[in-house]
Amino acid sequence: MEMLTGRPLVPGKADGTVLVARKPLSFWGGLNPHTGEVIDRRHDLSGQIVTGRVLVLPYSRGSSSTSSTLTEAIRAGTAPAAIITCGSDPVLALGSIVALELYQRTVPIIALDEAHYHRLKTGDRVVVHLNGKIEKVPQGN
Amino acid sequence: MLNGKFDAATRIAMSIIVRVAEVCDVDQLIDVSRAHIGGCTYLGEASLDFAEMFARLGGKVTIPTTLNIGSLDQYGWQIFPIRQDFAEKGTRIMEAYLQMGCELAWTCAPYQAGHRPACGEHVVWAESNADVFANSVFGARTNRYGDYLDLCAGLTGRIPAMGLHLTENRRGKILFRLDSLPMGLMQEESFYPVLGYLLGERSAEKIPVVEGLPKDMTDDQWKALGAAVASSGPAALVHAVGITPEARTLDEAFQGRVPERVEKVDMALLREVREKLSTCTDAPVDVVALGCPHFSLQEFLQLAALVKGKKRFPGVEIHITTSRFMRDQIRSLPAWAALERFGVRVIVDTCILHMRTVSPKARVLMTNSGKYAHYAPGILGLQVAFGNMADCVESAVRGCVHREDGVWKC
Repeated sequence: MEMLTGRPLVPGKADGTVLVARKPLSFWGGLNPHTGEVIDRRHDLSGQIVTGRVLVLPYSRGSSSTSSTLTEAIRAGTAPAAIITCGSDPVLALGSIVALELYQRTVPIIALDEAHYHRLKTGDRVVVHLNGKIEKVPQGN
Repeated sequence: MLNGKFDAATRIAMSIIVRVAEVCDVDQLIDVSRAHIGGCTYLGEASLDFAEMFARLGGKVTIPTTLNIGSLDQYGWQIFPIRQDFAEKGTRIMEAYLQMGCELAWTCAPYQAGHRPACGEHVVWAESNADVFANSVFGARTNRYGDYLDLCAGLTGRIPAMGLHLTENRRGKILFRLDSLPMGLMQEESFYPVLGYLLGERSAEKIPVVEGLPKDMTDDQWKALGAAVASSGPAALVHAVGITPEARTLDEAFQGRVPERVEKVDMALLREVREKLSTCTDAPVDVVALGCPHFSLQEFLQLAALVKGKKRFPGVEIHITTSRFMRDQIRSLPAWAALERFGVRVIVDTCILHMRTVSPKARVLMTNSGKYAHYAPGILGLQVAFGNMADCVESAVRGCVHREDGVWKC
């Protein structure tokens, strides 16, 4: 079984199917927190629903309201099951940290180095562990 | 500040700052002299819950703290298709921040409202276009702060010592050369948002250094460039050689090192970006939106000169977003008469991406802003045409998108 070692920026347990974004995404203006849909029409995930998925993206970008859009998605139950970024992304981590403060709920945010990051593909089944390890579940099981 | 000596609001704010420092592997905090709150718009219950939690705990800011746009134009949201519950919550969040002692500014261009930090001053500004401006024009030091940390910094006066607060992280990485561009392009208003969009996109996380920008770049040109940089990428600092205080020379911009990459910006590249900012260029226009970031007095005067003696096509709306202070200034000048006759609608303290002023029937929005052009399709569900201010006026007169290619043809 393949195991990737990440750094848990916001630790937590999750499992789900990977959804890889090729381009960075601004959650504000890019994600509808009420529906979980990617609404940035110039983004490669435009129209996809991130809810319950393990969202893998290079980093967040764009306007400064990405953190609260993530908190709102967590509150509304539309957030991804976990978010995996290439390198650490404090903006997303903050959205999850504040969700814990306000709603006692959180989404794990895991930072991977570049080599590990590129081993995740859309459709992979993964389990995210508290210590930041990401386990790829063999397909067909 | 985490122990019993401080009130609950300060303690929670401090604990959030410390957790972020941990996430970023930073073990030191620094003092900041001012904050600009980006999170004062209603973006859902979370944004309201956060502000009201601190206000309820009696939180008060300890450093001068200004407010970015709010959710509503309190002078007249009622004439727009705004839901009552959005208006109520938007008002509540604006009040919560005022209750905590923040200074009423309600603008995304604080630098044009007298808030101009000095070179080397550490600030926490949470509005992406203002971050680019503060770092690049003033040489002040701020990161691209997301919401939450802005208020936490306002309450505590502290922030993790990281990112662009540290000299070594302000080193330029990619050199963009403008020397092959035709003379005259730099007098073209839309050159700045187009170049900004290109820089944001192509520099990604590496600080861009631009050689060849005119030394007399105006605040409005910087504003347009910065907003576009921040829309297309994560950059918060653009070193303009000879303009940015810490980039007086190329060598200084790169802190004595060599660029990782050199890019020659040519017309083909810029034209491609200009086209990309529009999703349609041949259609009836429903609304012209100007003032992203907030319109300055200078821009109002420019617009007044452009619309003088012209008549708006029936049904086309002109929405201009600005601060209440800028609106009061333009209204006191003779130029206001021409704007009023043309039928412009001035919306204050907010932005059309937050307070939806555009009719649900509208399909095409025209703008001179790289940021409106970037976000309007996703947030408002509209087609966008990008042009300069004169194109916007001409399109409003004709009722359909009209763009003079002028210098872009070269």
